[in-house]
Amino acid sequence: MSVPPRQVPAEVLQLGSAGAYLSLRLRAPELAAFQPGQFAAVAVGGRHTGMVLRRCFSLYAGDPGDGTVEVVFAVHGKGTAWLAELRPGDQVDVVGPLGRPFPLPARPGAAVLVGGGYGSAPLFSLADVLHAAGGEAHLVVGAASADKLFFGEEAWQRCASVTVTTDDGSAGVRGLVTDPLPELIARTGATVLYACGPMAMLAACTAVAREQGITAYTAVEEAMACGVGVCMTCVLPVVGDDGVTRMTRSCTAGPVFAGETVRWADVGTVPTGTWGAGGH
Amino acid sequence: MAVDMRTNLGTLELPAPVLTASGCAGYGRELAPYVELAALGGVVTKSIMRNPRSGRATPRMAETPSGMLNSIGLQGSGVDEFVANDLPWLTEQGCRVIVSVAGGSVEEYAEVAKLLRGQPGLVALEVNISCPNVESRGEVFACDPDAAARVVAGVRAVTAPDVPVLAKLSPDVTDIVPVAQACVGAGADGLSMINTLLGMAIDVDTARPVLAGVTGGLSGPAIRPVAVRCIWQVRAALPEVPILGMGGVRHGVDALELVLAGANAVSVGTAVFGDPGACPRIQAELAEALAARGYARFTDAVSAAHPR
Repeated sequence: MSVPPRQVPAEVLQLGSAGAYLSLRLRAPELAAFQPGQFAAVAVGGRHTGMVLRRCFSLYAGDPGDGTVEVVFAVHGKGTAWLAELRPGDQVDVVGPLGRPFPLPARPGAAVLVGGGYGSAPLFSLADVLHAAGGEAHLVVGAASADKLFFGEEAWQRCASVTVTTDDGSAGVRGLVTDPLPELIARTGATVLYACGPMAMLAACTAVAREQGITAYTAVEEAMACGVGVCMTCVLPVVGDDGVTRMTRSCTAGPVFAGETVRWADVGTVPTGTWGAGGH
Repeated sequence: MAVDMRTNLGTLELPAPVLTASGCAGYGRELAPYVELAALGGVVTKSIMRNPRSGRATPRMAETPSGMLNSIGLQGSGVDEFVANDLPWLTEQGCRVIVSVAGGSVEEYAEVAKLLRGQPGLVALEVNISCPNVESRGEVFACDPDAAARVVAGVRAVTAPDVPVLAKLSPDVTDIVPVAQACVGAGADGLSMINTLLGMAIDVDTARPVLAGVTGGLSGPAIRPVAVRCIWQVRAALPEVPILGMGGVRHGVDALELVLAGANAVSVGTAVFGDPGACPRIQAELAEALAARGYARFTDAVSAAHPR
């Protein structure tokens, strides 16, 4: 059952470091019962800031028992630098849970979960849900180097297997996060692949799933200004059930899409034949 | 004592003075989880065109100091779907709906307005004349008094007499007053101002424009002084014309500044992206700001900065 999105003042409980990333734990009972794949939109900079847009992060962990949620972020610019300065007791304005979660398989079985960088953040709660439903989650996390990996200790407990890859071989197997996938899918009999990370990785995961004859669900990381569906900036070309491509909002229709429906090679363009692209 | 927040835009009476701004509230639905839309002065829709429109490629936005650039390209589903799905929903919520109308030709504007005629819930039209005229090498209607007047006259002619037509002006002109006068002369019942300013950002690492559309509309608190200036100038030249003010309003006192310059009501746009609850918050803050300054009625503050 999905929780309706709310705008709430959330108290900062803890700001921790996790490799190259930071994790922010907030008291926000309204968001705690989120579904894996959903995200939160956080206001940055305080009341009189010059930063007018929200920053959106996938929800990493939640505990409806104590009303807390946690997001993981990297310092990329002024907004995330401000978040990195928060202290316990501070308040941030948070909207969530937003977006459509990862769809769960009709029957419990094996699933492969693929995370690039801190794109792995939403996969741990997904592993929990799959595990609780009697399925098994095989986690593959990859990054450029060891410090850019994100996975907690607890990942080992929730997942039937964990595979680590790095581009430079500084942790796990040297290579891309997609390299182990064909063998893993064949060995586990997985029928579904879940992925979150950069666009190129999601495109590659979709291609592997297609070759292996299984379903891919991908959570995209498009730049969003509002997160709630009004700014129309986070669109990408997605093919609908009717076969028509539309410029589709990743905040409200996503962030999770069936990988096969996203025109990965055309992201950043309006492909010919897109609904409404005829002009006048 | 509570401030009387009622106002009016010509014949259109509003129970409260804060509205959404076109393009910043979708067709209302997305804000419903955060805002009681019927408690606002009104909902100004995203611009409606005749046909579905994909909009531009991404990236479509860039955050700038106290503002943002956008280059959406009027993505939308077209007037038929709006009339079939979105307008009835807004009306059911009890919203006063001001429909923003856009087009690439005078005929398209008029056609959209004609298809909206008689629709329940629609209380006014806002004509977004900051569109490129496809018949005139892409020159923006709002930048030429004659072209602006032709659009307004075309829309006014097919719109029910009791539905006010507001022309939304662009600040990107040498002198906004002649454009305002031309629109009023062509039958505009009021003016909305200001639309975004044309801007641009370059990624210094890639040495390329940030936006796929190269240029984009600048909005947010950075443009508020421009809005105050435009409203001031037009109010001074046209003391009686109803003005719906917008441009960088983020707090109640920002709205008050536009009102003192001459706005009869205020739309809130970019602030909604950072705060989906911005409209009712600003409306409440505005009431407090008026009370703190001894105003008994909102309308007493309208144009109060002008010499009497």
